[in-house]
Amino acid sequence: MFRTPEGKDIFVVDGHTHFWDGSPENQKNIHGKQFIDCFYAYHTGMSPKDQLWEKSKFEKYSADDLYRDLFIDGPDDMAIVQSTYLKDFYKNGFNTIERNAEVAKRYPERFIVNGAFDPRDGEKALEYIHFLKETYDIKGVKMYTAEWNGASKGWKLTDPDAYKCFELCDKLGIRNIHVHKGPTILPLSKDAFDVHDVDHAATDFQGLNWIIEHCGLPRLDDFCWIATQETNVYGGLAVALPFIHARPRYFGEVIAELLFWIGPEKILFGSDYAIWTPRWLVEKFWAYQIPDDIAAERGVQLTDEIKEKILGLNAARLYNIDIAAKKTALASSPFSIAAE
Amino acid sequence: MATAASVSGNREKELWRCLGEVNDPELDEPITEMGFVERAVMTGDGSVEIDFRLPTYWCSPNFAFLMLDGVRKALDQLSWSPAYRVKLHDHMFAEEVNRGMAAGKTFGDIFAELAEDQDLGALRDTFRMKAFKRRQEAVLRGLRQHGLTDREILGMDLPAYDVARLEAGEAAKQKPRYRAALIERFPGRRADDPVFVTWEGQRIPTAALGAHLAELRGVRVNMEFNGALCRGLKQTRYKELDVVDGEPTLVDFIMDRVPARAAPTV
Repeated sequence: MFRTPEGKDIFVVDGHTHFWDGSPENQKNIHGKQFIDCFYAYHTGMSPKDQLWEKSKFEKYSADDLYRDLFIDGPDDMAIVQSTYLKDFYKNGFNTIERNAEVAKRYPERFIVNGAFDPRDGEKALEYIHFLKETYDIKGVKMYTAEWNGASKGWKLTDPDAYKCFELCDKLGIRNIHVHKGPTILPLSKDAFDVHDVDHAATDFQGLNWIIEHCGLPRLDDFCWIATQETNVYGGLAVALPFIHARPRYFGEVIAELLFWIGPEKILFGSDYAIWTPRWLVEKFWAYQIPDDIAAERGVQLTDEIKEKILGLNAARLYNIDIAAKKTALASSPFSIAAE
Repeated sequence: MATAASVSGNREKELWRCLGEVNDPELDEPITEMGFVERAVMTGDGSVEIDFRLPTYWCSPNFAFLMLDGVRKALDQLSWSPAYRVKLHDHMFAEEVNRGMAAGKTFGDIFAELAEDQDLGALRDTFRMKAFKRRQEAVLRGLRQHGLTDREILGMDLPAYDVARLEAGEAAKQKPRYRAALIERFPGRRADDPVFVTWEGQRIPTAALGAHLAELRGVRVNMEFNGALCRGLKQTRYKELDVVDGEPTLVDFIMDRVPARAAPTV
């Protein structure tokens, strides 16, 4: 729960968190090392200095660290923990659903565990989606189109195999498709951040919600255009929000564009833990105002009411969270970590 | 008569000036300002060695290629026509790119299997358009800030543009760069044609300038996102390279326990 300086309680759903193991012991090859190094560079490049972690903790943190940073020291009420396997890079995977489900079991009521699959696995991917639904009753998945798989260096949401998977998700009621839109490698001759496959997939699967993490940045204009046309496309603020510290004016331009184009109902807060921790992000976000000239040019304001939607109400709607019931359930959850 | 030292000094200046004209196509910022040229030295016989490092191992190989191709072309322009070696470090496709560059291969040759199209023409065009728009936005906003009316700005021809004054800053920096982009885009334009037109060559009506600027802002917001991220990542990567036994560790650097070292001057 985040209590504002005015004393109001804000329900916070952290739409994008991880519980990973990127430690050298788990790295399979140079790609695994480079992957966690890249995350660590994001962490060191954009966090306030007093929030920096040592590399070894960043590579592998405990379930208690996660719980404390999100819910005790941090303002989150609930967190969506995403699965990203990267089995070509890590011996036991980077953050598998098994690892995520374990932490969710240890701390009930707090986590929504999302699955992941790789459409390039064909029939096996379909079987795996059934398994995920039956075993973990997942409500959402995280798609990572830049993941390598043997000779393949990336895939698109519009690939025929991907469509078969989304048809199954639709049928099984796995409604929330989080898509990391980052640099896919294929095809090499195109702009690697292309988001147009989202447009087609969202049109063809109206029953699914498409949450585009990082708001498609650096293709914000394309993303906004698509999200404006498609009622079922949402934007996740992970990676965009940390700019609030290093370059607050720039963050103002981004959030003004989002509010102008897609509106306050379709933007979701996400810390991208453990790249960043939610406390400073939420505190700075609550205190933030869009600079006057930018707000005037776009005719938008970031009011308290809008902030509350972005911080939790929008995600609660997508995941059918009954906030009043949840508050009651959480009242009995631990507010300190028991000694081991 | 010029001494050997001054010849070498002049050549070094020329080398950095040429490299400074190569842009990261995606960011439209000089690779030297982004810190991607980690080392550029002349050996005793006048040949040149360049070490090139991008912010992450994962930077798109097509962007890497475009930049290295730019470096190759810049080095071909040097007045003393030196032999040169360009090396890309710590990139997932470093080996393929280095081998291909050394053999003078095209992008399609190097990545025949991974590249669907055989050339990067369309991608280059996209980047040219983005650079044009970003530069134009900076100058338009600068002129507005300088107190010119929208009518005066949109009525400007090239002679008027050339004498227009701007406060030091982003707009002043982009003014000659917009001029270059304009002339590259419209080589047949007349000197008295308006300077501010759309990428398609349409005049911008005064009433439409606000909407036009909003569109340009969108382009810049994307480019700046990459630019800021790349700078942050690049900085971190440099710091990590400095970790040597007995030397300050990465944490020392990020906790600001080590005095900052000046960036290489250009």
